[in-house]
Amino acid sequence: MKVSDLIKELGLKVFAGAGGLDRDIDGGYVSDLLSDVMGNADTGMVWITLQTHKNVMAIASLKDLAAVILVKGLRPDADMAAQGDIEGIPVLGSDDQTFDVAGRLYGLIKK
Amino acid sequence: MQFEYSIEGGNFSRAGYASSEVKKKLKQLNVDLQVIKRVVVALYEAEVNVVAHAYNGRMEVEIDKDKIKLALVDSGPGIPDIDKAMEEGYSTATPEVREMGFGAGMGLPNIKKNVDVLTINSVVGKGTTVQMITYI
Repeated sequence: MKVSDLIKELGLKVFAGAGGLDRDIDGGYVSDLLSDVMGNADTGMVWITLQTHKNVMAIASLKDLAAVILVKGLRPDADMAAQGDIEGIPVLGSDDQTFDVAGRLYGLIKK
Repeated sequence: MQFEYSIEGGNFSRAGYASSEVKKKLKQLNVDLQVIKRVVVALYEAEVNVVAHAYNGRMEVEIDKDKIKLALVDSGPGIPDIDKAMEEGYSTATPEVREMGFGAGMGLPNIKKNVDVLTINSVVGKGTTVQMITYI
């Protein structure tokens, strides 16, 4: 599944990083602790979080993640969005809370 | 091959920049992807430690045929109890740093898991040197 498919399926907003919409998704990771993601997420995962600052994109880039989804209607800080554009890693958004977004993502990936 | 980057204490908007540059270099040199993945985790954590705790520092990188040597050298408060600092979950990060999702006490354990040799030398009131070796 590509990031663009996920956006359609979950009705996500695209805040930044539209250049990376055809990245492939291999899984997901849910955490708001940056070192947890750094240590345990893997290439091609979608990261679901409520962190909205630029360091999220540094990690997403170093880990070659497929995309970041912000939950509960949160919006990225301006420098986070700008970094998403530079890296070509989509910064997406949902009005739903983490449990619901993760559940729907799991359903899509694992079927 | 050797190179060096400076790291500014307290400047989180640049945290990860040096690690990202090293990652690009390792890719250009066709270093094995699994090795790059591990090195990048350790480097980023060590870089963020300098940003979060020290006044300033530098990242030294040395790439040989058989190993990658990394050193993070900082001027800062130093680590009074290194064994304690190595414990998972122990952190002295400020509330502001924790609010960003850092300071969970996972940094040094992450480094240890992802390099072959880890050496930490620290002098309280002066600074800390973290040396890491990964065999290719």
